[in-house]
Amino acid sequence: MTTSAQIPPALSARRLSRQFGGKMAVQDVSLELRHGEVLGFLGPNGAGKTTLMRMLTGNLAPSHGWVEICGKDLLDKPQDAKAHLGYLPEIPPLYRELAVDEYLRLAARLHRVAPGDITSALHRTKQRCGLASLGNKLLGTLSKGYHQRIGIAQAIIHEPDVVILDEPTAGLDPNQIREIHSLIRDLGAEHAVILSTHILHEAESICDRIQIMHEGRIVFSEAVDRLKQKGESLEELFVHFTQSGKMSTSLNHPGRHM
Amino acid sequence: MILTIAHKELKILLGSPFAWIVLALVQAVLAWTFLAHLEAFLEIQPQLVKIANPPGVTEAIIMPVFAMASVVLLMITPLFAARLIAEERRNHTLTFLLSAPISLVEIVLGKFLSLLVLLSLMVALVTLLSISLLAGGALDPGLLLSNIAGLLLVSACFASFGLYISTLSTHPAIAGAAALGILLGLWVVDMAAEEGQADSIGHISPLSHYQGFNNGIIDTFDLAYFMLFVLVFLVLAVRRLHDERIGG
Repeated sequence: MTTSAQIPPALSARRLSRQFGGKMAVQDVSLELRHGEVLGFLGPNGAGKTTLMRMLTGNLAPSHGWVEICGKDLLDKPQDAKAHLGYLPEIPPLYRELAVDEYLRLAARLHRVAPGDITSALHRTKQRCGLASLGNKLLGTLSKGYHQRIGIAQAIIHEPDVVILDEPTAGLDPNQIREIHSLIRDLGAEHAVILSTHILHEAESICDRIQIMHEGRIVFSEAVDRLKQKGESLEELFVHFTQSGKMSTSLNHPGRHM
Repeated sequence: MILTIAHKELKILLGSPFAWIVLALVQAVLAWTFLAHLEAFLEIQPQLVKIANPPGVTEAIIMPVFAMASVVLLMITPLFAARLIAEERRNHTLTFLLSAPISLVEIVLGKFLSLLVLLSLMVALVTLLSISLLAGGALDPGLLLSNIAGLLLVSACFASFGLYISTLSTHPAIAGAAALGILLGLWVVDMAAEEGQADSIGHISPLSHYQGFNNGIIDTFDLAYFMLFVLVFLVLAVRRLHDERIGG
């Protein structure tokens, strides 16, 4: 019989740092993500969110530290680790010349979905992301809202354990934002999700836990339920922790240990 | 996975008019060359009969057409190779490949393979031109085969070199121009070395190693040169993508 203690966390990172030239973009970040948890990364522009996401997905090697995805080391066994990972970068990586179905089939094949299962995975994912009517449309002809949804679709078509979404609602209209929110909440039921955003109410409404990043460090981490219990305003916290020079380390407890 | 990537590249490439226009232009240029040599051959044929051991159609027509094809491939391969990585970087799609559970070697080989398929298509068209001569006479199959093999090998060199240059840039146009410039430069160095005495810097360009194949002589030195050339630039391309992950 397996207990939850024996299953490795969906994602765990220890003491990640990354410098560009002399500048530290990410400093000493540790985090742990349980299965079925939605973790929100908040922070002002340039706080290091995107750099952190790129390290968590193996697009950028950390200067220090390590990342494990479902117990597999991202640096030692990149391919085993990446098989459990779906990633939507800040700019959706779309081939404008391909049709929606072609693109998603390619994503499925590259992520090792068995050839016999690709058609059903494609159907299921399109249904989920509201793309069912778009099979033969070229990606280049579609609107930004669809691009974002196709970006999410390519990140989840292989049913990864960890889904990492970098600002999935940037540049969308309120209706589209609402659709994406319900999709992410839906995802959170089965997958572990990391979400970066700078829209505070977005994080509050869809995340289980929130971490605020500032100048490359995690300066605040708390479960959304606890915040609501304490009646603290996320906006005040955000302003408090991200104003330069007011960094508090007393609340800096990276992730909860299991 | 290599095949999946190659398939994707070919689909994107052949979905755009660019590849077809270039293929058509190449074919037009080579057909013109072919007809010009055919006409010249027919004019001098009556005199050739008087010589003992005259050159056949293979030497008189196919050899110059294949020599021309090698120069044309030098010109156009960088155009196709340049977009392979630079365009992915420009469109932010490289992340799509780098986040998938595939290795850098698979990515580079897949892209190289797609280019080889396209180049083989061009070589096949040149071969068809040559085979059409069978309607009027006999060909030297050995010479033809050595030309086909040489053309494939030399275009593989251009492809791997262009692919490497593509990993250095975010702009396909710059990568294409740089690769073309360097390949032309190497060729000019070889021609200069042939005319002068500086034999030591000769044989730098892949084209000069194609001459043997063009004449029907398969030299193991040329073969080794081609293999090494392709291998070195593929390895450099993988290294470059790897360093980018480290260096940011």
